[in-house]
Amino acid sequence: MQQGAVLAMLAKEPAHGYQLRARLREALGPVGEGMNDGQIYVTLTRLEKAGLVTAEQEPGLPDRPDRKVYGLTAAGQQRVTEWLAEVSWPKPDLAEFHLKLIAAAAAGLADPVTIIDTQRRELLRRLRDAQRAAMAEPDRSPAALLLEGIVLSLQADLHWLEACEQNWTHQKEKHES
Amino acid sequence: MNTIDAGAYVLRTRGLRKEYGREAGLVRAVDGVDLEVAQGETVAIMGPSGCGKSTLLYLLGGLDRASGGEIWLDGQDLTQMSERALARLRRDAIGFVFQAFQLMDELTAVENVELPALLASRSPRAARKRALDLLEQVGLADRARFLPTQLSGGQRQRVAVARALVADPLVVLADEPTGNLDSAATVEVLRLFDQLHTAGQTLVIVTHDPRVAATADRMISMRDGAFTDQTMLQGGTSGRLGSLAGLEG
Repeated sequence: MQQGAVLAMLAKEPAHGYQLRARLREALGPVGEGMNDGQIYVTLTRLEKAGLVTAEQEPGLPDRPDRKVYGLTAAGQQRVTEWLAEVSWPKPDLAEFHLKLIAAAAAGLADPVTIIDTQRRELLRRLRDAQRAAMAEPDRSPAALLLEGIVLSLQADLHWLEACEQNWTHQKEKHES
Repeated sequence: MNTIDAGAYVLRTRGLRKEYGREAGLVRAVDGVDLEVAQGETVAIMGPSGCGKSTLLYLLGGLDRASGGEIWLDGQDLTQMSERALARLRRDAIGFVFQAFQLMDELTAVENVELPALLASRSPRAARKRALDLLEQVGLADRARFLPTQLSGGQRQRVAVARALVADPLVVLADEPTGNLDSAATVEVLRLFDQLHTAGQTLVIVTHDPRVAATADRMISMRDGAFTDQTMLQGGTSGRLGSLAGLEG
């Protein structure tokens, strides 16, 4: 499980283990179905050891990871802020980016539309590189085919960003009105 | 943005607006656009359908009248011109490329290209020569006598680009030029635009295809009638193509 994503789900407020799982499930829907609860707790334990997360056991409740309350330390907050500013492509991780937008909006740490704009600028530059290389290739060269694959996949990423932008602009307008 | 000498821009707008309807039904299709296009620059305007980008292009090309603001092309404000002067400016200074090519099916490629020159009272001989030169430039010299229906989509759009260039326009305005084309034909047209760019042609392209936008010098995002973001795309490549195809860790 992505450490950044788990941290970001705690950015708004501390949560019980089971609440954290529910937040991730709501954000990811069927895409998160294969997600293993154990993995989340392994990640949380790692983050705790790294000093990014605190885990408090509530009095009177059984000592189980889903009953603990997890929260961010100052270093954890710092890490989330850095994570939000990172550009995740060229290793596209759609779920991570999606969670980033949700976490940014929920915790009020950054404007999702700004994150989308940053990502788009980066992807457009990469698309430009790939497109230029494709245009310089003779027709039907093997390299042209590979470059076309790169171009089409970046094109799809950019179309998705457009959908993200429409959704988050809409959310913002709803929120403001 | 810095203030630059207005003379450096081929095309410039100030507070450009276009509204439809009234009161509760008022639609601000273009809502206060400030645009500056430098000589030889390729600018792409991108946004979802309904964001006002095509309306903006029609205003820039004098095909539609603004509700407010200014459009300066070649030292003249289009919003203050008579219909007649505007028609002359469209003919002499602006080239259009449309999504659906807008070629006349009854005319051959070369006849389509020379038509605007003939309408501008150029001699038939000069018009034909110019049209043949342009078809050669767009790589279709051997298709000059073909009808549009005998050409592929990419070839038709290249004929349309040749037609747009026949009057040596100050600016070429393209509305979704690859909207009807498959991937290979899109590359054909993008190569042609790149060639025009190298030759110093000023281009404004409205598109929702990121591939087209990525080949511009500058990409402007438009939403709800206004510009919301801008990406500068000039400069060299990052040399990281391998990482885009999974070759680097």
